[in-house]
Amino acid sequence: MAKILMKGNEAIAEAALRAGCEAYFGYPITPQTELLEYMSRRMVELGRTFIQAESELAAINMVYGAACAGARAMTSTSSPGFSLMLEGISYIVCSELPAVVVNVMRGGPGLGNILPSQGDYLQMTKGGGHGDYHTIVLAPATLQEAIDLTILAFDLADKYRSVVTIIADGMIGQIMEPVELPEIEPPKRPERPWALTGAKGRERNIITSLYLEGPVLEKVNLRLQETLKEIKANEVRYKEYMLEGAEIVVVAYGTAGRIAQTVAKEAREEGIPAGLFRPITMFPFPYDRLDEVAKSVEHLLVFELNAGQMLEDVRLATRDRVPIHFYGKMGGVVPSPAEVLAEIKKIASPQRGER
Amino acid sequence: MERKTVFAKPEALTDALTHYCPGCTHGVIHRLIAEAIDELGIREITIGIAPVGCAVLAYNYFNLDFAEAAHGRAPAMATGLKRVQPDKVVFTYQGDGDLAAIGTAEVVHAATRGENITTIFINNAIYGMTGGQMAPTTLPGQVTTSTPFGRDVKLAGHPLRVAELIATTSGAAYVVRRMVTKPATIASAKKAVKLAFQTQMANFGFSLVEILSSCPTNWGLSPLEALEWVEESMAAYYPLGDYKVIDEVKSLK
Amino acid sequence: MAKGTIVIDEDRCKGCELCTTVCPFDLVHIANHFNAKGYRPSTLVDLEGKCTGCTLCARMCPDVAITVYREGA
Repeated sequence: MAKILMKGNEAIAEAALRAGCEAYFGYPITPQTELLEYMSRRMVELGRTFIQAESELAAINMVYGAACAGARAMTSTSSPGFSLMLEGISYIVCSELPAVVVNVMRGGPGLGNILPSQGDYLQMTKGGGHGDYHTIVLAPATLQEAIDLTILAFDLADKYRSVVTIIADGMIGQIMEPVELPEIEPPKRPERPWALTGAKGRERNIITSLYLEGPVLEKVNLRLQETLKEIKANEVRYKEYMLEGAEIVVVAYGTAGRIAQTVAKEAREEGIPAGLFRPITMFPFPYDRLDEVAKSVEHLLVFELNAGQMLEDVRLATRDRVPIHFYGKMGGVVPSPAEVLAEIKKIASPQRGER
Repeated sequence: MERKTVFAKPEALTDALTHYCPGCTHGVIHRLIAEAIDELGIREITIGIAPVGCAVLAYNYFNLDFAEAAHGRAPAMATGLKRVQPDKVVFTYQGDGDLAAIGTAEVVHAATRGENITTIFINNAIYGMTGGQMAPTTLPGQVTTSTPFGRDVKLAGHPLRVAELIATTSGAAYVVRRMVTKPATIASAKKAVKLAFQTQMANFGFSLVEILSSCPTNWGLSPLEALEWVEESMAAYYPLGDYKVIDEVKSLK
Repeated sequence: MAKGTIVIDEDRCKGCELCTTVCPFDLVHIANHFNAKGYRPSTLVDLEGKCTGCTLCARMCPDVAITVYREGA
């Protein structure tokens, strides 16, 4: 199939359409606005629903409404907008509805800047909003992956009746790469006994997240926890590069993962046995596999565009069985491979001295 | 001699006893909405969206598909729900905190987008569910638990007139204010609710019926005194009337 | 004038008294006893058969506690 050159934001949008996304609601915010603009044209062309909402608060609640009807609905935003959506995401997850939310992360905290960052990792993987919940969090590192994971997101959202988020960053949103797109799917709304389609020929359906009685809310929570258990058992995804004989393994995802792939290769060329472990599902985090990897290496280097967020999960996974180093950049600053390679050399040099 | 029933519970209401206080006009308004739905024959295609407020459990009382919205977000939820199901009738039921405080953006934008949804706005000049705090609609001088010395407009600002505000949007097709203080005004309110649904069904745009309502418990008045206060004090600040009725809606009457 | 009557479901009544204020013949009053919830419910006192089934009381009731009947066509 012929490849076409696309911009990340637009590729994600087109992928969503191909997956049968029926409704898109969004609000302009850099660096993902092109996704909204692309949708404003394509959704209308296809006769589907597009609304530029008045805010991210409204956008996520429009998704909530469309999801109640059983339609495939999504929104996209960037970090400050994602913060606004947390309330809505909490409601949608508790209501056990499918939805997809894309976060193209930028510098923070606060208004920050529009440069790429990974500062929302904790916000996205630990639930982020109120209450006990998690969304599945998918982390593309290339545009092809962004397309594939967007399509997967809709399927997983339906499968688990929950929210699936895409954790991207400004780099992925803005770069252009050759990609392949699948055939376009017409939106299909499968029979959903719980959907709010009008109480015709059946008892009325109520979709709520309010359960005033303790034991009742507890039961709902236990059910949500069961779903999370299933997700953890079935949906872990990651990629490994050059782990054979690796002594220093970089753990990185998204744009940091791309850089780390180059760095690992360059390190090997200089005789340093480096490798890369790149999680693709940030939730469910590949704790078990990472621990396995840690058992056979000397060092882990966690590389993120933040102050150390995934670092916590790496330490949790491996219980510090090997030294865990960290290299992070904040402020939306993206380091060059050389900078990261220098970190690997620092870790390697004591060993090299011994050889 | 044969006996026939001339007034009974509408089909669109369940048998559940409401948790509302004695004399609370939520009960009356729920019934009016249900009667309108029954008369229009739309029970099976209508979906309601409950607010956060005393009516948070409204879905227990209506025999309709229903969703619970986050505080203030009902019009946004209704928008999403309606856009993907344009053949259904979608309404929101909101109090003064839900609509006129936290949800002001959502209702204004649903109106100005001309969404074919209906909002029933219950204005009782107070926050009922949380125990009687000031609402954006609380009258100057009115004592509430967060304006213990009476609402001072210098500190707490002036009350918001929602019907007038929404009527200024070009997407709104039918915006009126009524009250439910006695049978005549109750009948008028019901007509308005029915016409609002008809506006939606004809795809004429956004409809909002603001209904001045009582809160005997938090006003510290008996149910009857509370309705008198609605007629004497509330209606003076919030005049009843038709604030926007586009020509197409006039032709529906 | 048609003959009518009302049936008040005492267990739905919260004793708000709104119905007692609208009857054109002043036939609806608060009873002396309590219902299961501890409210004094309203009751029809129509010894002379004056109720016309006008439904005003039912329309005032916030709790759909009143069903109204009319005799004849």
